[in-house]
Amino acid sequence: MFAYFVRRLLAAIPVMLVVALAVFLLLRLAPGDPAAIIAGDTASAAQIESIRVALGLDQPLHTQFYLWISRLLQGDFGTSLISQTSVMGMITQRLEPTISLALAAIVFTVLIAVPLGVIAAWRQGSFIDNLVMSVSVVGFSVPVFVIGYLLIQVFAIELRWLPVQGYRHLADGFGEFASRLVLPALTLSSVYIALIARMTRASMLEVLKEDYIRTARAKGLGERLVLFRHALRNAGVPILTVIGTGFALMVSGVVVTESVFNIPGLGRLIVDAVLARDYPVIQALILLTAGLYVIINLLIDLSYALTDPRIRY
Amino acid sequence: MTTSTPSSAQPQRLSLLHALSRLFRLRARTTTLIAAFLLLMLVVMALMAPFIATHDPTALSPASRLQGMSAEHWLGTDAYGRDLFSRVVYGARVSLSVGLGVAVLTVLIGLPLGLLTGYFRAIDAVVMRVMDGLMAIPAILAAIAIVALTSANLWTLMIAITVPEIPQIVRLIRSQVLATREEAFVEAAVLMSTPTHKILWRHLMPNTFAPLIVQCTYVCAAAILTEATLSFLGVGLSSEIPTWGNIMAEGRTYFQLKPALIFWAGLLLSLCILSINLLGDAARDALDPTMKRKDG
Repeated sequence: MFAYFVRRLLAAIPVMLVVALAVFLLLRLAPGDPAAIIAGDTASAAQIESIRVALGLDQPLHTQFYLWISRLLQGDFGTSLISQTSVMGMITQRLEPTISLALAAIVFTVLIAVPLGVIAAWRQGSFIDNLVMSVSVVGFSVPVFVIGYLLIQVFAIELRWLPVQGYRHLADGFGEFASRLVLPALTLSSVYIALIARMTRASMLEVLKEDYIRTARAKGLGERLVLFRHALRNAGVPILTVIGTGFALMVSGVVVTESVFNIPGLGRLIVDAVLARDYPVIQALILLTAGLYVIINLLIDLSYALTDPRIRY
Repeated sequence: MTTSTPSSAQPQRLSLLHALSRLFRLRARTTTLIAAFLLLMLVVMALMAPFIATHDPTALSPASRLQGMSAEHWLGTDAYGRDLFSRVVYGARVSLSVGLGVAVLTVLIGLPLGLLTGYFRAIDAVVMRVMDGLMAIPAILAAIAIVALTSANLWTLMIAITVPEIPQIVRLIRSQVLATREEAFVEAAVLMSTPTHKILWRHLMPNTFAPLIVQCTYVCAAAILTEATLSFLGVGLSSEIPTWGNIMAEGRTYFQLKPALIFWAGLLLSLCILSINLLGDAARDALDPTMKRKDG
């Protein structure tokens, strides 16, 4: 088990190196002179030259890469070209909204998608099954921002139950914080609900065919106990996998949702950085997201080994 | 979307002809028919846009801004007085060309890469590490970053959306090749000293078509979604070009006053992606019996 963990951890290193190289080359592969791109259209030749020296762009490519990587490993993600403050500081300031949004969305997903998937599998082919499956196809296809505006229109503008947009920090009081988080979190979870409900259903269908389910029913266990204790627990592994593969959906969802609801989180940060061509911020955010992706998938693989005694390494 | 197709698909022993004939005998489920009809309507709308649109989609008319529905402006006008109906009609052009273009580009790059990685161990080791790295970068971030570097036109946009889609296709083709190359007919071909390029072209490639067709529909739908998302975020094509994403991005400011500014483009965009996804599901059911059983 420990050897497996170490092996997986080592395998993550080349992946992260490729990501770092891609992110590094991103700026270098851009057509034209990167220093000129950064300086903007109005810069003089001297200004461009000073930016070139400041960023080490006058050095050979491999030296640049080495310098950049060694700074990264020390936790130095550079300085924003626009605000002239440390990129790391900008990111930590924006962490709270994004983490609250993502966590709330995951809670909604688990509360809504897993029971739906279980019921759909339990009554396969029934009206409710068809309904769950159709709604999940629609959930995949309707873009997150369309769902966001639909929810705003219905719950904020027509019914006036919840605020339209904005974000309040948790420190400003829980009521304000939560009421502004409900709609964005529901929006963000829509794709995820579709994905997890589908996966739960497919996984449950496999498990419900097993002999031990028949045994459990034969010995007179209640249907709810059979479904949630015996079946769902064994159907859990594929559901866990989807959380890993769905991470990319979560990221693009966060970017869009924060734009729709005016939430000052990391998703807004990257869009603002792209519009301002603030390359160090873009690079740092891509690196961090990729790192998070690798870590999440590593944790999921490990949790298999821990939750399912049949899996041995 | 793309995640619903397993990377460890069973080998399909279907020639292209066989696959196509099966495609046309799709279970005539009403949903599939409706989806095909919807998509056809959207394609016609895109091709015939100049004849269907009632106005020039870019003609400014400040005097008649933010109007409601009328005989003159069927869906009303936007904040610059442009005819919303005509803009929405023209929006289909960009979305559909991006969807088709990205699907074609992904196959052109992903298919050869997948065949080579599946067949040659040495290439496999290097290319798959690169693919693992690319997969770790979420598609939307990769696309945003690539667009940020180049000025967004139709070509750079399609390339930006294609790059993050490639690893999935390469993995799919590779797993298919790995399974097929163990088959007796491939072994026989090797023993008869058939040239390697011929084995790849004649024996291995046709066996990848069935899952490739299915995956392509999902790539197409994902590309349309990504393009609209980029436009919506303001990092896509220039706001002068009417795309569904751009129309919605501009509608945001006046959304509370006039929801129609977002509603119609959002509806067509959703219907477009939905119909392509449904056709993909139908193609999967017809071409890949193993998946059908698994997914119910």
